[in-house]
Amino acid sequence: MNRFSKYLGGAALALFAAAAVAAPGAMDGVEKQPVNVSAIAMFIAFVLSTLGITYWAANKTKSTADFYTAGGGITGFQNGLAIAGDYMSAATLLGLSSLIYAKGFDGFIYTISFFVGWPIILFLMAERLRNLGKFTFADIASYRLDQGKIRTFAAFGSLTVVCFYLIVQMVGAGQLIQLLFGLEYNYAVVVVGILMMVYVTFGGMVATTWVQIIKAVLLLGGGTMLMLLAFAKFGFSFETMFSTAVSVHKEGAKIMGPGSLLSNPVSAVSLSLGLLFGTAGLPHIMMRFFTVPNAKEARKSVFYATGFIGFFFLVVAVLGISAVVIVGQDPQFFEGGKVGGKIIGGGNMPVMHLAKAVGGDIFLGFLSAVAFATILAVVSGLALAGASAISHDIYARVIKKGQADAISEMRMSKIASVGIGLVAIAVGILFKDQNIAFLVALTFGVAASVNFPVLILSMYWKGLTTRGALWGGIAGLASAVGLVILSPAVWVKVLGYKEAIFPYDHPALFSMSAAFLVTWLVSVTDKSAQAKQEAEAFEEQYIRAQTGLGAAAASAH
Amino acid sequence: MSSPSVQQRIRQHPKFAELVARRTRFALVLSLFVLVPYYSFMMVVAFNPALLHQTLGDSVITIAWPLGALLVIGSWLLTGVYIRRANGEFDELTQKVLKEATR
Repeated sequence: MNRFSKYLGGAALALFAAAAVAAPGAMDGVEKQPVNVSAIAMFIAFVLSTLGITYWAANKTKSTADFYTAGGGITGFQNGLAIAGDYMSAATLLGLSSLIYAKGFDGFIYTISFFVGWPIILFLMAERLRNLGKFTFADIASYRLDQGKIRTFAAFGSLTVVCFYLIVQMVGAGQLIQLLFGLEYNYAVVVVGILMMVYVTFGGMVATTWVQIIKAVLLLGGGTMLMLLAFAKFGFSFETMFSTAVSVHKEGAKIMGPGSLLSNPVSAVSLSLGLLFGTAGLPHIMMRFFTVPNAKEARKSVFYATGFIGFFFLVVAVLGISAVVIVGQDPQFFEGGKVGGKIIGGGNMPVMHLAKAVGGDIFLGFLSAVAFATILAVVSGLALAGASAISHDIYARVIKKGQADAISEMRMSKIASVGIGLVAIAVGILFKDQNIAFLVALTFGVAASVNFPVLILSMYWKGLTTRGALWGGIAGLASAVGLVILSPAVWVKVLGYKEAIFPYDHPALFSMSAAFLVTWLVSVTDKSAQAKQEAEAFEEQYIRAQTGLGAAAASAH
Repeated sequence: MSSPSVQQRIRQHPKFAELVARRTRFALVLSLFVLVPYYSFMMVVAFNPALLHQTLGDSVITIAWPLGALLVIGSWLLTGVYIRRANGEFDELTQKVLKEATR
């Protein structure tokens, strides 16, 4: 196995080097940049060290528990960093900072909404998740319900979210890498896909966790350094920074408070519900709760994760505002040198230009490498969650009815990882140049309306039955997908109709309500013998959720 | 796997009811401490944005920014408050119940 990992790792590197060399000849169009040597060198250093970790992790990944959850042997602090790493994607750094750059305080409202779900996850879910779950969130959803139906449905919910999110990340990766490294789009997607397969297939959760930790440290360190360099330009004074920003921004003092972005209360509530509870329904995030030995460490990991994420979001706010002044007035960052015109590389680039403005080419290279590492880590976490849904839930539990031997389940998990890697490469290339902004709404909408309701109700509500969970889940899925299709992001921007039938970009307020309502209605009217048994089984689940009695323990290493 | 009798003993243990009641109440109160300010903030954003455009004295800085930062920092501090009590008091109580019930 390890010879394989070495071989595959070597192949990935060789491919990367070949792609880097081949790139200049393959380039055309305005968006691509010259090959960025320092960025590539730093990225190769990251790849080499993570492949080293994968090699080490492959030796430790012997059982299915090692593969899915690193044997439950990750500490709270490590897991906190890894959760933060899973949650802070390149979109966080680039997207949120550019939103603040363009819209000022409105962007900060988004940032806050992305954050507030975390304390709620800790207070209401973390402990029960750890006590009830083993490998995947389907373990909890189907704890006392019909294994075949609910586990299949929960696994399907996981795979749907993983797929949508993978498309977002892969397309983002291709575009970003093309821009920052001067590497051709398709090569970039293939490199990301292959590295992800290597990490997950050979190193399982141990390697994925460490890739995540390294990336989180790099991102936090790089972001903080950039913030300090930029803030120094204002003599570390918020007053100077904000007053200069107001004087140069085209919207002036309007950037200092809420503007038009969330002026509609329905839209504001729907967005916040989607972000809040969508976070609690992301399968790769929930999986992280099973990597720690007990509920105590699970709680600690959320405390650390929340701290890192909150800190980073505040850093991002400073980056966005300082970019208004430093990037927004510098002709070198605008197409044709026209200040106020189109930003070179597109709307997501202010923070990258900021890195160049305050730290020169070397720092830009470093931040580019960090962005690439970030994408790689997030897709690895997603791939692992998807592979677990296939091998643990569908193969071992549903098809083999819990009778699969460890060797064949391990084999299946590796086949699934490779399969997801191939799918990720395919969708990355397929969706190139597509408008995929709606996929973020879809990811969080489905997570909040399909995964979250069944998860929270199975833990909190005795009356939940298989029939209720199934119909509620279907209602959530259908309404989330349907409403996103009818929303401006798809109906107008993708399909080209004049006016959207559903006026809001985020469906959660409606699709979540539909899911909960249908689940409740079908459950209370379910008078079958099975429903009665399921209610009786709640007692055992409740005591385990509250005390950890019988919870999966850490395997020895 | 534990036998049903252990679970019955846990269920009947007076400290178990106390643990669950206290922890559930604490978690709900803290959730409200996060959700009420957050949604109040969002409602002000939607219905009366001008309120958040007020500046701090002569400064150009509006109350919106420090309030937003306070939401982030405050919610994080609340997670600290929760784990302090959950990992201390509540876990000790849990261990006690488990120990006495499985004896």
